[in-house]
Amino acid sequence: MFRSLTLASADQRLQAVLLALTLLTTSIIGLIVLFVFAQAYPVLDSSVWGFFDLRQPWYPLEGQRGMVPMIAASVLTTLGAIVLALPLGIASALFAQYYGHPVLVRPYRWVVGLLAGVPSVVYGFWGLTVLVPLIAAYQAPGASLIAGVLILTLMILPTVALTAEAAFMAVPPATLQAAHALGMKKSAITLRVLLPAAKKGLIAGTILATARALGETMALLMVTGNVVQMPQSIFDPVRTLTANIALEMAYAMGDHRAALFFSGLVLTALVIALTLAAHRQEGQR
Amino acid sequence: MKAASRSLYKRNSIHSDHLFGLAIYLCAALVAGAFAWIVADLLVHGLDKLSWSFLTEAPRSSGRKGGISSILVSTLAILAVTMAVALPLSFAAAVWLSEFTQQGGRLSRFVRVCLDVLAGVPSIVFGLFGSAFFCDFLGLGFSILSGGLTLACMVLPILIRATEAGLSSAPEGWRQGAAALGLSKSAALWQILLPAAAPSIGAGLMLGVGRAMAETAALIFTSGYVDRMPDSILDSGRALAVHIFDLSMNVSGGDQAAYGSALVLIVLIGLLNGVALKLSDKLLAKRISL
Repeated sequence: MFRSLTLASADQRLQAVLLALTLLTTSIIGLIVLFVFAQAYPVLDSSVWGFFDLRQPWYPLEGQRGMVPMIAASVLTTLGAIVLALPLGIASALFAQYYGHPVLVRPYRWVVGLLAGVPSVVYGFWGLTVLVPLIAAYQAPGASLIAGVLILTLMILPTVALTAEAAFMAVPPATLQAAHALGMKKSAITLRVLLPAAKKGLIAGTILATARALGETMALLMVTGNVVQMPQSIFDPVRTLTANIALEMAYAMGDHRAALFFSGLVLTALVIALTLAAHRQEGQR
Repeated sequence: MKAASRSLYKRNSIHSDHLFGLAIYLCAALVAGAFAWIVADLLVHGLDKLSWSFLTEAPRSSGRKGGISSILVSTLAILAVTMAVALPLSFAAAVWLSEFTQQGGRLSRFVRVCLDVLAGVPSIVFGLFGSAFFCDFLGLGFSILSGGLTLACMVLPILIRATEAGLSSAPEGWRQGAAALGLSKSAALWQILLPAAAPSIGAGLMLGVGRAMAETAALIFTSGYVDRMPDSILDSGRALAVHIFDLSMNVSGGDQAAYGSALVLIVLIGLLNGVALKLSDKLLAKRISL
């Protein structure tokens, strides 16, 4: 009602300025897609399928540019991290909201918040100096798929935990009270009532965490060893798509550079699709 | 209501439940343990490196010796550019979205979707974009300006969300009251809504600065690696996070200095998060008192 009143002239000027700046802000995502696309354009011809050719190795300077091992590395590290971070993150949210002693919950929330704020380069550095030598003591060379999975798990855990907590908070208290009134055990209420009721929010959170894991660069670059190969075991070094961009952008020219932008474009498309899927899952915000 | 359900929920603990509860405590302990491990490792190795001279001396022999003065200056310059650009833009977008448009209208829905997608773009892609757009297309080259502008694009969604949250915390009655008193919308905005939203905007600002300071991938091909003291924002400058990356990956014997730099970075980000938490607590207290 207030919004439909006619605006004073000062307000109209302000509105025009605000609208222009808002549209400028909105156009950034368009600019990003446009510029990454334009830089990738030279390789977007019939040879584009070469990127997904299993038999081609990655020798971009000689026109051989099979990306499948790197795509596999990105997918495997992300999947591994989700498999580990999902139960941990949900348990962490249950702890913060229902199970933890109130004295412990406050500092615990603070810890999860700080984990979310730790820069990826610090995770990578810790992985490089602590985790990789530990893994190497068990099985050389240490810098490996599993190191990447473990670091990535830590990095996406706060995302899973915080979105799970939000999902639990959206469950009506009456639902839980009704379950209690039926005499259900606490673990049964958690597993049979709370988790199913929060399912949509949990799925949306998982999708967002997946998007974050796919896009992670520096930490993986530092701990996965960066060898372009199909891993035969979890102790093999791998190179993810993102790490490849960071490693080769500095000297890439011509089609090689375009190939790197192409992998950026694929990554962006995937992440945009995941983001939109998460919103669809969450429904009206 | 909430507290009641919580206590109800807690009262019922039967023996077989203990195992489940224990598993949850173990998971939480694992998360807290990993955090403690990271922090302890940084403290043990980094603390003796930390000194006044480490903060005020220029790096020597690729950062192995000396300090991080020029790195800190570059980092601050990048952050200054980022905030100078991102603050007005995010402020305008948030005010427009929450005060000047029909909620759920077609344009505002479109703007929101675009911003959500922007928030999901991986930082390495921001780096690619910054290098193609700011460095090459606009001809800014490897510079603090390019890096700052790239980061500005990245933190916009965070700042907009925080500002919007702050504005929405002001009750609708205040807007109606202002309109009833004949205040123009702009006057109501400056005099009533913004003061109410200030803590939230502040908290968002801290989080945005923290996110920008943590960033590496978007900076390596926009603001570059040069560790000299920058003369202007058109010079290349190495950010703290990039410095840690370079020391640990490309400089043999750089681990000590990397630990020191990582500790500085973590402390700075911890401080920013602390301030943000304080500000949003204040906001919460204010909302309760209304």
